[in-house]
Amino acid sequence: MSMRIAIENLHFTYPSGVVALRNVTLAIEAGEQLAIIGQNGSGKTTLIKQLNGLLRPSQGTVRIGDWLTTEHSVAKMAARVGYVFQNPDDQLFKGTVRDEVRFGPGNLGFPAEKIELLVQQALTLLELTDKADVNPYDLTATWRKRVAMAAVLAMDTPIVIFDEPTTGQDYQSVQRLAQIFQTLHEQGKTVIAISHDIDFVAENFSRIVVMGQGQVLLDGPAQTVFAQAEVLNSTDVEPPQLTRLGQRLAIGPVVYTVENFLAALRKENDMQGER
Amino acid sequence: MAIIAIQNLTYHYPQTTQPALQDLSFQVEEGEFVAVIGANGAGKSTLCYALTGFAPHFFRGEMSGQVLVAGLDTRHTPLEELMLVAGLVFQNPGNQISGAKFTVYEEIAFGLENLGVPPAEMRPRIDRIMALTGITDFANRSPYALSGGQQQRVALASILVMEPKLLVLDEPTSQLDPIGSREVFETIRAMSKQGMTVIMAEHKLEWVATFADRVIALANGEIILNGPPAEVLTSPLLIEHHIGQTRYTTVAKQAQAEQLWPPERALPVVIDEAEAGFRAYKK
Repeated sequence: MSMRIAIENLHFTYPSGVVALRNVTLAIEAGEQLAIIGQNGSGKTTLIKQLNGLLRPSQGTVRIGDWLTTEHSVAKMAARVGYVFQNPDDQLFKGTVRDEVRFGPGNLGFPAEKIELLVQQALTLLELTDKADVNPYDLTATWRKRVAMAAVLAMDTPIVIFDEPTTGQDYQSVQRLAQIFQTLHEQGKTVIAISHDIDFVAENFSRIVVMGQGQVLLDGPAQTVFAQAEVLNSTDVEPPQLTRLGQRLAIGPVVYTVENFLAALRKENDMQGER
Repeated sequence: MAIIAIQNLTYHYPQTTQPALQDLSFQVEEGEFVAVIGANGAGKSTLCYALTGFAPHFFRGEMSGQVLVAGLDTRHTPLEELMLVAGLVFQNPGNQISGAKFTVYEEIAFGLENLGVPPAEMRPRIDRIMALTGITDFANRSPYALSGGQQQRVALASILVMEPKLLVLDEPTSQLDPIGSREVFETIRAMSKQGMTVIMAEHKLEWVATFADRVIALANGEIILNGPPAEVLTSPLLIEHHIGQTRYTTVAKQAQAEQLWPPERALPVVIDEAEAGFRAYKK
């Protein structure tokens, strides 16, 4: 079963009357690494809450593999789509880190041995093994965020969604997060993240969806998306530090990582040398 | 004149053996904008609490040394009195919002009511601060119905409206989009130009480089660097202590090793310096 995500003509209006999504159509293949960016209030969180059935379309359809989100309970959807909240405190409620991480796979009805293995793997991946018996609320917010991630990853879902994973994380934690995303990618999982951290997005995602006022404004690889400075600006996004620097220096094409910035610089330099 | 004078400050949270802050000494002049950087657990939030009296008055714990804020010794001054001079914007806006009020407008008014500001004076002050922080449109909504980024603006407004001499902020834009963050930083910068002293804990080094007059770097509860942004943010110590560096510094340093950045030139921390350095070399 391929866990392709197919969103078609999706509209969503909150009960308050706020229109949050307007005609969104998006297909995400299994195994993609996709980042969703855009200003506060552009519909990013509303969109990803449609993927695990926390919210249901006002019009249009959302399919996860062969399931329509309208035809399955949130509890059932949880086997396909894992969702890490922005604020870990919206999610954590158990007395120890281990119980917290065990809760999700336990709920999915896996055999006991598989549960223990998944818990162990998640604790190891998030470097939480030595904190397994601690109460999550005795940890700092940074570590609680890791516990929240471990709790979701232990459910071994083919699709994992992260809402603002880098918020409040230091340099080293952000690097660790990049490694975790890479590991998930190598396991064939679909990784979707909402983020304001444009430099992190540029360095870690092969596909970027830009949202504004409930619509998809841009959808493509970093190279084409970051070239659209005006569209980005319309939804309060600044291109990455190195993209802006590259544009000022007129070194082409669009650069967005340390590596491709330096590559463009070398090329520029060689060309000058030949002149 | 120094508005903050810290002498040999050491602080332990209750029931901990490792100090959260260890032998800190520094001064801050009135009107300065100082950024505090450091890895998670380095002591940034604790320093914010110590400057506003929350440590030790609220968090208890053990404190030695002295913290003077606008001449008040924080250890011997009640929190209510310290709040009149030093305002703290918490990292998580949920911790700031009082829960006692139904609308954003009332939330902003709450602090002024506690200060006993006459109602006639309150309204213009609240209106001005709401406009300044970009929350006028949410005046009649519940603070709990707002997004994280909007709540952060409300938390900032609720402190700014009290016009503290010292504004202490703990990652004030962590949930805002980039342009929203820039607006908030520009607002804070403007307040500092008007004489408000600002101490801000922040991870995002590009913002620190752009807005701060001075940077203090913490590691394991101690000060490892204290100086101008261009100096502190290019120090190799930042990598060693997992604080990172701006992408401008990273690329220039690597370019320098390949003779693509002028050998004698200081490494950049903001885009203008990076542009100038690479251009100088192209010639």
